[in-house]
Amino acid sequence: MERNARTYLKLFLTTLGISAFTFGGGYVIIPLMRRTFVSRLRWIEESEMLDLTAIAQSSPGPIAVNAAILIGYRIGGIPGAIISCLGAVIPPLVIISVISAFYKAFRSNRYVSAAMTAMSAGVAAVVVDAVISMTRDIIRTRRILPIAMLVAAFILVALLGVNIIAVIIISGAIGYLSATVSERRRG
Amino acid sequence: MIYLELLWAFIQIGLFSIGGGYAAMPLIQHQAIDVHGWLTMQSFADIMTISQMTPGPIAINAATFVGIQTAGIPGALVATFGCVLPSSIIVLSLAFIYYRFKGLKAMDSILKGLRPAVVAMIASAALSLIAMAFWPEGMEGSTDWLNAAIFILALLILRIWKPNPIIVMAAAGCIGIAASFLV
Repeated sequence: MERNARTYLKLFLTTLGISAFTFGGGYVIIPLMRRTFVSRLRWIEESEMLDLTAIAQSSPGPIAVNAAILIGYRIGGIPGAIISCLGAVIPPLVIISVISAFYKAFRSNRYVSAAMTAMSAGVAAVVVDAVISMTRDIIRTRRILPIAMLVAAFILVALLGVNIIAVIIISGAIGYLSATVSERRRG
Repeated sequence: MIYLELLWAFIQIGLFSIGGGYAAMPLIQHQAIDVHGWLTMQSFADIMTISQMTPGPIAINAATFVGIQTAGIPGALVATFGCVLPSSIIVLSLAFIYYRFKGLKAMDSILKGLRPAVVAMIASAALSLIAMAFWPEGMEGSTDWLNAAIFILALLILRIWKPNPIIVMAAAGCIGIAASFLV
């Protein structure tokens, strides 16, 4: 791939466009990126896109931003990574900046306030819906460790108010150890 | 120094929100409400609502919102930078390791082990959102029965027909406006 100003500009505008018009976060944005960079622009091979997606999902932070950084790096090295990261971040940054500038005035409006209050019940339902699906997936594994960790982590965080970063670090360590142990047993 | 506090808070959010989707939500709640008091529970619920209705990851939206509310545009830039800094370093290092050794086994098992804890934490944040929707003035205040009805109805619709959440949110907003004419 020729790394010239036009490639960088196209990279920037493409990630900017994907980020500006994708509602629903990482799970929606990744298929869209695949269509754009693999099928339309032919900058990345299908199999490599799968690898990049796996890396983006295994890393902390927003999946959409991670995927943009990886694709940018693949196409244009470190400058490419920075450019596509900017493309992914600028749309939400601008949109939310505009909304926050008017937030106080908006919120005190009677109708906006009524809509926001009702929508807060809607967003609670959306998150609970996601939690039910994710919990069901964990219960369906029928393995004791993940189910026990789910219950224990909920008690620690929701009822006892333990620091969530500590819970994350400990669960990550338990996950790693249990995988290592079962690997050894299998020989 | 507000900028350093924003930077450090959002570095932690970016570093520990693993698994995408709602994983950042409990961390934002922890940092912005519990640790620093930058947001009230109501504005946290508002930013989660706005995040559902606008493009962009929850963590970036929250970084921009919290940054602007506490320290203006520079605050938004610093918070957003903090939010993407850890993942950009980690994602590029993982890519390097991956292409060298063709495997992400350690990261994969850490991720799998984390999954139940992440779900538990999202569930805990969801409880706060429910409490906020049902009792907007705190637990001692009166119950908002309209919101309780919207919540139950929305959840049933989401479970049964699995529509796009944006439609459910927009419908909830319309019901809220309609009800405000009646009261």
